[in-house]
Amino acid sequence: MENKKGIIIAGAVIGLMSALLVKMGNPANMGVCIACFIRDIAGALGMHRAAVVQYIRPEVIGIVLGSFIMSIGFKEFKSTGGSSPFTRFFLGALVMIGALIFLGCPLRMVLRMAGGDLNAIVGLAGFAVGIVIGIFFLNKGFSLKRSYTQSPIDGYVFPGAMVGLLVLLLVAPAFIFFSESGPGSMAAPVMLSLGVGLIAGALAQRTRLCMVGGIRDVVMFKDTYLISGFLALFVAALVGNMAFGSFSLGFEGQPIAHSDALWNFLGMTLAGWGSVLLGGCPLRQLILAGEGSSDSAVAVAGMLVGAAFAHNFGLAASPNGVPANGKVAAMILFAVVAIISVVNSDLLQASDVKKGAAQNA
Amino acid sequence: MLNVDARGMSCPQPVLMVKKAIASGGSALEVVVDNNTAKNNVQRFLKNNGFTSIEIKEEGENITLKASK
Repeated sequence: MENKKGIIIAGAVIGLMSALLVKMGNPANMGVCIACFIRDIAGALGMHRAAVVQYIRPEVIGIVLGSFIMSIGFKEFKSTGGSSPFTRFFLGALVMIGALIFLGCPLRMVLRMAGGDLNAIVGLAGFAVGIVIGIFFLNKGFSLKRSYTQSPIDGYVFPGAMVGLLVLLLVAPAFIFFSESGPGSMAAPVMLSLGVGLIAGALAQRTRLCMVGGIRDVVMFKDTYLISGFLALFVAALVGNMAFGSFSLGFEGQPIAHSDALWNFLGMTLAGWGSVLLGGCPLRQLILAGEGSSDSAVAVAGMLVGAAFAHNFGLAASPNGVPANGKVAAMILFAVVAIISVVNSDLLQASDVKKGAAQNA
Repeated sequence: MLNVDARGMSCPQPVLMVKKAIASGGSALEVVVDNNTAKNNVQRFLKNNGFTSIEIKEEGENITLKASK
């Protein structure tokens, strides 16, 4: 129990802060959502023109910089990279599109459950299935191969870009888009959001908090360390939502959510599967990118582009449901993630051996 | 003595490599990793799997865990 204290406190603090951000202006059940917020940033930069979801979310900047500062302080910062970067880019995009079909990253899924949104429980079931599929391939030797130490400067580029985003947010030049209505226009004060991000990033860096890792480690290793943080986050956000009066139980009429069970399930299956292959949920990718991992920075870049595609091609869900384009894209992406899983595991080699044996016989 | 080189591997592969290594019945092994996350994860896994003696040595970027039952 003692060794889980840190992650339980971290999860609880992030859960409570999320409820606070909603109270202070963030969209409902969206105190922190990595997928939604990266999507909003893509919109603010004009990468997509969905006018209701454009804002440079300070939480994302804070999370990366919080992780950066802690990793420097604890001498864990290291420029690394080279573990199948473009595959990671694709996986990042794919996780994003899955999340936008569900309407939330794994973290927001937990926050939605804590707000009484029962659709998120359907999402959780899909998420768990995606993780189990990913684990199957991990056990079959799936690997994006090792990373290597990179030029010492490389790891500073991504945190540096976050500082650049912060400048764009504060200066607000005319070429940056800020939503005037819809979720993108709903935001807690900048300094509060940034502060929460910094604290969340620092805590998540120290404790390795990860939504996908929680379920993965229980299934693979019967290790309950990471899931303790996941549960603490849920409980704290639930308490926070009750206290602020933002809890409402049900399937219908939930904020920034749809009640198409099949696609809530499948969207999170895609996100869970892709996240296991990446080695962590979108939050964890931000933390690792802050610690100097260019592999994770590339995955986040993939999420940014995936979000832009999701809105430009009409793939993203809305409270009205999932558009036909989104369903087709999800089917294609399931095929893509299956191919990535198979070709990077030992499955093909194993069958090559069998084929070889058959030929010899 | 089993040897596992998990440097540069992302989660959860270092632990998975150790799990596979000890599945063959080894009671002593040496694992090399290159970051604290992997060190903590491998250490926790070994403890949970009955390895009582875990010796950790850090040299430059390499962290070596020597463990036995």
